[in-house]
Amino acid sequence: MNSEGVLHRIRRSEAANGLALISPPAIYAVLLLAAPLGLLFVYSFLTDGYLTILWEFTPQNYIDAWTDPLVRTVMLRSLWVAMLVTMVTVALAFPVAYFVSFHVKPSRKSMWLFLITIPFWTSYLIRVFLWKVILGFNGVVNSGLIGLGIIDEPLTFILYNVNSVVITLAHAYAPFAILPIFVALEKIDRSLLEAGQDLGESRMMTFWRVTLPLAMPGVIASVLIVFIPTIGDYVTPQLLGGPEGRMVANLIQLQYLRLDNYPAGSAIAISAMLMVTAISLVFLFLNRRFLRGPK
Amino acid sequence: MTGGRLFKIYAIAYLVFLYAPIMLLPIFAFNDGTIISFPLQGFTTKWFEAMFGNATLHKAVKNSLIIASSSAVLATCLGIFTARAVTRYNFPAKGGIVGLVMLPLVLPEIIVAVSLFGVLLGLGIPLSIWTVILGHVLICTPYTVAILNSAFQSLDRSLEEAAYDLGESRWSTFRLIILPLVAPGIVSSLLISFTISLDEFIIAFFLAGTEPTLPVYIFSQFRFPQAVPVIMALGTLLVLLSIVLLAVAEYFRRRGIAKSGGKDTGGFL
Repeated sequence: MNSEGVLHRIRRSEAANGLALISPPAIYAVLLLAAPLGLLFVYSFLTDGYLTILWEFTPQNYIDAWTDPLVRTVMLRSLWVAMLVTMVTVALAFPVAYFVSFHVKPSRKSMWLFLITIPFWTSYLIRVFLWKVILGFNGVVNSGLIGLGIIDEPLTFILYNVNSVVITLAHAYAPFAILPIFVALEKIDRSLLEAGQDLGESRMMTFWRVTLPLAMPGVIASVLIVFIPTIGDYVTPQLLGGPEGRMVANLIQLQYLRLDNYPAGSAIAISAMLMVTAISLVFLFLNRRFLRGPK
Repeated sequence: MTGGRLFKIYAIAYLVFLYAPIMLLPIFAFNDGTIISFPLQGFTTKWFEAMFGNATLHKAVKNSLIIASSSAVLATCLGIFTARAVTRYNFPAKGGIVGLVMLPLVLPEIIVAVSLFGVLLGLGIPLSIWTVILGHVLICTPYTVAILNSAFQSLDRSLEEAAYDLGESRWSTFRLIILPLVAPGIVSSLLISFTISLDEFIIAFFLAGTEPTLPVYIFSQFRFPQAVPVIMALGTLLVLLSIVLLAVAEYFRRRGIAKSGGKDTGGFL
């Protein structure tokens, strides 16, 4: 009885200590993240007056957003681009993560990861702009190919459209995709692979039946970590997309900063977020068997 | 063995792909021509000279430095609180609270930007570099938590208990035992958040008002073709600065893990 009381007190004090310690970041996140997101949601149901917001609740913003063919085109394009970028990025990243985890000496792994992550942190804007230089009418690719005599006319299908957006975003998010896969591969018990081969499986089959399923949590994480931010990317479609490459972030920015229509902008933002969440949940559900692994 | 070599060739090709755009920066920064294209025109340092004489740019650099250092300090403080609470205590709603703090890691930045923009406008708070700091702290904190978690995780709890037994208070134990052990992680976290904030565009674009930060200034210059070579020169310096900052951060991160006896699991995340 007494010892139970003491135990209870300790546990309570541990909980209290923990909560007290985490309260500053928690309060910050509630005030500056949760509350603003809530307000964004409220805004999306209000009416836009000229230069003000009228507190009249209406679902009209959503009806407008979902029936406007322009908004719908841009939404679907953003989805399509984000999916394409995710597939390209993760497919290209997997072999690199595999190489670093399985073929690099343990002492050199940190160096490889460091080399891979550097470009991710350096001057995002300028990197995006450089792709414009590379893919442009008289850019690096075109002047190079003409110089080599492979083509006579500059290629025009590589700039100011969806292609250039996909290439640039795939480049920008590449390091982000490698890390989760690498972490998952590192966790794999190497003796499982030996066991697979001892039991007569070929290297390919061992990879297919042991390594890949065990790496799937990492692949899933990297899919989400690339897919979700790419759909909201502003800079790349703005600089490289041209009129037919605009994405949802450009639309939100237009509504907010150019047209001063916050309710409409908020409705588009919330719709995009709901779409992303729904797709991510479906994706997680489809892959649930890989995530259930033994603890 | 041949398989391994194949992978290595692929990985190196991949690194070349990652670094190709950055490699172009110094080439055009020293190229004597206004148009950014091949063939090159000749060597010049005039773009660097133009850069150092540009008053708007100086203002933007000053704003960015204030924002980046304030955000780094604040985000790292919040990161210390979170990482310490997560690694040391169990408390109710732990997953939910930590999830909320880490949410900006996966939230599209435009969403963070417009939602904060909406609140500030609704409250009538004028946009300034302080509002940018509010947003940057939000997006830097998850990275600081990720770095500091691994620093705090590898702490040996018996060291702390020994200090209590020897009569140290909770605070003096934290200051004398824990802080020195996680100090390299803190330095690393400061440098990483500084780099993130220095490079962040979309939140600053929405929240800076009339005070341009460095990325907002760079973005505005892309519209003027004649300004681009100067941006290339600026970019060269920025990339060098980032690499130095990240290399130092990586050094401290590894030293921190080695110091508290943990095992290096790789990158920053």
